[in-house]
Amino acid sequence: MWKWLHPYAKAERAYQLCNTLLPYFAVITVVCLAVGWIWGLAYAPADYQQKDSYRIIFIHVPSAILSMGAYSSMAIAAIIALVWQIRNAELAVISIAPVGAAMTAIALITGAAWGKPMWGAWWVWDARLTSELILLFLYFGVLSLYHAFEDKKSAGRAACILAVVGVINLPIIHFSVEWWNTLHQGATITKFDTSAIDPSMLWPLLINIAAFAGFVGVVTLIRLKNEILQCEKHRPWVRELIGRGE
Amino acid sequence: MQFESLSEFLAMGGYGFYVWLSFGSCSVILLAIFLSSLRDSKKLRNEVRAQMRREERIKKAKQQEQV
Amino acid sequence: MNPRRKKRLLTVVAIVFGVGSAIGLMLYALQENINLFYTPSELIDGKGENKEKPIIGQKLRIGGMVVPGSVVRDEDNLDVSFKLIDTGPTVTIRYHGILPDLFREGQGIVAQGTLVEANVIEAFEVLAKHDEEYMPPEVAEAMKGIKHEKPKYNLNNEN
Repeated sequence: MWKWLHPYAKAERAYQLCNTLLPYFAVITVVCLAVGWIWGLAYAPADYQQKDSYRIIFIHVPSAILSMGAYSSMAIAAIIALVWQIRNAELAVISIAPVGAAMTAIALITGAAWGKPMWGAWWVWDARLTSELILLFLYFGVLSLYHAFEDKKSAGRAACILAVVGVINLPIIHFSVEWWNTLHQGATITKFDTSAIDPSMLWPLLINIAAFAGFVGVVTLIRLKNEILQCEKHRPWVRELIGRGE
Repeated sequence: MQFESLSEFLAMGGYGFYVWLSFGSCSVILLAIFLSSLRDSKKLRNEVRAQMRREERIKKAKQQEQV
Repeated sequence: MNPRRKKRLLTVVAIVFGVGSAIGLMLYALQENINLFYTPSELIDGKGENKEKPIIGQKLRIGGMVVPGSVVRDEDNLDVSFKLIDTGPTVTIRYHGILPDLFREGQGIVAQGTLVEANVIEAFEVLAKHDEEYMPPEVAEAMKGIKHEKPKYNLNNEN
């Protein structure tokens, strides 16, 4: 398995892989985002309790899921970077962090805009909300650690260590609604025993999750390409590539 | 379609402000990070191109000196 | 894996484990100490093994279900009072302000305020809690017609 993966440790191959994957992610994002938003906003039925305000779910839940999903991918890349010392994995960590932070910010903002009319408060110091806020700070921490060091080698290592350590926050976010008496309700989608959400609402939600996942993919790939070019800008292959006008 | 008219759609059953605040801020954040990534990419390419031209000029200048 | 990589991996695992247990313990302590959360029956009968009751004047949070028919609104201002219940006795909540849209009789709510009498709380914040179920009104009606109504909201068991 490692033999198959190893060529991608080389910058040029990794760059080409990004280029190959990018169009697929782009298509998924554009199609799913258009379908998901129109379906969610105009065609999905209103909720029996929350009426039309529940439509915020179609961006709140996807962004919250992806904020955690992006963090897990970032942490996996960080472990690879620390143990096998693969430069590209380190670059991947730095490429995922900004879009992960964006997802977390969206989850927090949409959550506030949903909490105000339904719960009665923009923000409560509830375990779910607080742990999600900590996730945002973790993303900022990883990014600022990376940019704080002059020496990129120790910068990368410090950022990776923080990324790995922060993983502890993920189970806390997920189980906070079960461990503590939170105002935030329990999980909807992963509750398998009963249908917690009607199919007419579940489908647009799943499409929106796909759209957000695609978006995270697109932005990560673009940023990873940038990071690789930045590192390798004195290498002949980069010059050839840019000389060709790509 | 759940809504009869555009104004009804925009009102979102009285929750228009919160729904559009969410979708609006979400769009802004998504667009901002996407465009800034593209801008970085463009900037980087221009930098490399400028560097390549500079090196080309230096090479030419050196050749002329030798002649 | 060669020994050096193994060592690095072990170091990383050790750091994760260390920080994890630290945060875990911290949160555990936090939960034990600052847990000012009561249900109506805990407020009246006492909470935990020692049956500790809050003292009058203490700030606390209370969660329970709004007793149907207990909501009394003042016609001139925003004063409202209602009773909360979980499994046993009820507690009266007095509040001045705008209630959240989800506030209704039978709804689970969380109030924050001061205990003014043994079973009366002067709340400065009332938040509505909702469940994780989403469905169109027709489906809700149909389900309520066929199935039993959801067991009454109990903040202790749910989540």
